[in-house]
Amino acid sequence: MTTAVDTILEKVADLKEKPKGAYNIRVNGKSEGRKSTPNIMITPKENSEGIDIHVKPGTKGEYVHIPVVVDGSGYTELVYNDFYLGDGCDVQIIAGCGIHNDGLHLSQHDGIHTFHVGKAARVKYIEKHYGEGNGSGERVLNPVTVVNLEDDSYLEMETVQIEGVDSTKRVTKGTVGKNASLVVKEVLMTSGTQSATTEFEVLLDGAGSSSNIMSRSVAKGKSRQVFLSKINGNNACAGHSECDAIIMDSACVQAIPEITANHVDASLIHEAAIGKIAGEQIIKLRTLGLDREEAEKAIVDGFLRT
Amino acid sequence: MLELKNVSYEVQNESSLQKKEILRNITMVIEDHTFVVITGPNGGGKSTLAKIIMGIEQPTSGRIFFDGKDITNMDMTERARLGIGFAFQQPVRFKGLTIRQLLKMAAQKDLNTEQLCEYLSEVGLCAVDYINREMDGSLSGGELKRIEIAMLIARGVKLSLFDEPEAGIDLWSFNNLIRVFEEIRDTHHGSVVIISHQERILDIADKLIVVADGGITAEGSKDELLPSLLAGTQTCKFYQREAVR
Repeated sequence: MTTAVDTILEKVADLKEKPKGAYNIRVNGKSEGRKSTPNIMITPKENSEGIDIHVKPGTKGEYVHIPVVVDGSGYTELVYNDFYLGDGCDVQIIAGCGIHNDGLHLSQHDGIHTFHVGKAARVKYIEKHYGEGNGSGERVLNPVTVVNLEDDSYLEMETVQIEGVDSTKRVTKGTVGKNASLVVKEVLMTSGTQSATTEFEVLLDGAGSSSNIMSRSVAKGKSRQVFLSKINGNNACAGHSECDAIIMDSACVQAIPEITANHVDASLIHEAAIGKIAGEQIIKLRTLGLDREEAEKAIVDGFLRT
Repeated sequence: MLELKNVSYEVQNESSLQKKEILRNITMVIEDHTFVVITGPNGGGKSTLAKIIMGIEQPTSGRIFFDGKDITNMDMTERARLGIGFAFQQPVRFKGLTIRQLLKMAAQKDLNTEQLCEYLSEVGLCAVDYINREMDGSLSGGELKRIEIAMLIARGVKLSLFDEPEAGIDLWSFNNLIRVFEEIRDTHHGSVVIISHQERILDIADKLIVVADGGITAEGSKDELLPSLLAGTQTCKFYQREAVR
């Protein structure tokens, strides 16, 4: 029988069975499975909740899965996961958290992920957030991601939250070294009375450093979204942030850019566009035979495609 | 067969509240398996007429019949499902929707890469370069236009309306474009209605309809109408004076 935990593991980490490579599966605060590999060591923290993940220098083509499931109403946790990615490694990390809450009480997961990315290392980090359940208890997720990129390294973060989370504050901080690059692609959808705040703060410290922060979101119902993006260019660098939002019904979306150039060769751009679905897009799809609802769904699904 | 009977369309000026007639008493028939070009001066009502046929605008008065069925009160989705298709003059852009997805929606079925390739090669595009691209601002005006035409080809409908399909595709051979229109007519046994000012498109029409100042001012075969259309260029007084010198 498929349990709520199985459903969530599939939703947030595409897992139908135990993953290949290193993994740690956390369910209601307990490890339901953990595996290290010769190159990737996962160890629990001694003095706080969470794990340390050490990836040996030069490790290539390996995966780390660290999904989290909360399915007890009233369960809240604060978890620290620290990643130490050795020089020259090239790995993919799949995180993500799902909450199933059928009860009356608040269920909350606050995950703080810190990445120490070694020289010339390349990392793809995917995190999906998801909530479900029929209870009136709130489902809250507050992820914090801290990225320290050493020289010539690269981290691409793909972060997706498309349903079921009542409240979220998502904070991402990056410090980017010489010729290093931080890329973030965020996809977010809120509905009902949900609220979502996204904050990015990137320090482009190294010469030749760069960052590209891209957010696409849809706000439905009476939901509220705030997008703050702060990029400081402290050296010869290139920074770009982009917030693109579709607003529907009685929702509210706020985009607040802050770009600061502290160096004459810092090139920083912020773009933000908020608007309802263009009427001509709906008309075009209706002339293909879709009705209004089908057209809206196709436009939103396409917009949020990752 | 499409038939318009006494179709008029007026809009109200928001500030003066005065009504302006955009189309006046249009009566016309588009027979099956014909190639009709609607032409006439800018602002004469041609694009509005196409939108009225597609159901994007509703006529103020008059009736529209498609294959004998009164479709006047049908919306654009219903008309699309009946077999009317429309390629916009200005293609619509979609952030996130790929050309593959749009062509699938147009065809209303799953398409494999080979089928996608067929539709896109019709308009001179290589599928490999385009199917996974978004229909957004990263494409040029000419590329968007070709994809817009490919979507209508993929629909395979009984009545295909093209609003100035030649605009923006100057690098693409006109012969190819014309072959595409003829193929739609021959393959789908449908009718092709094109709004165009292009002489070479006018030249392949079975029938020309001239729309000016909201009404049909002439209708007939290309042999009857083309010479007078090409000769009678309307110009302003200043231009005529300049031309005399």
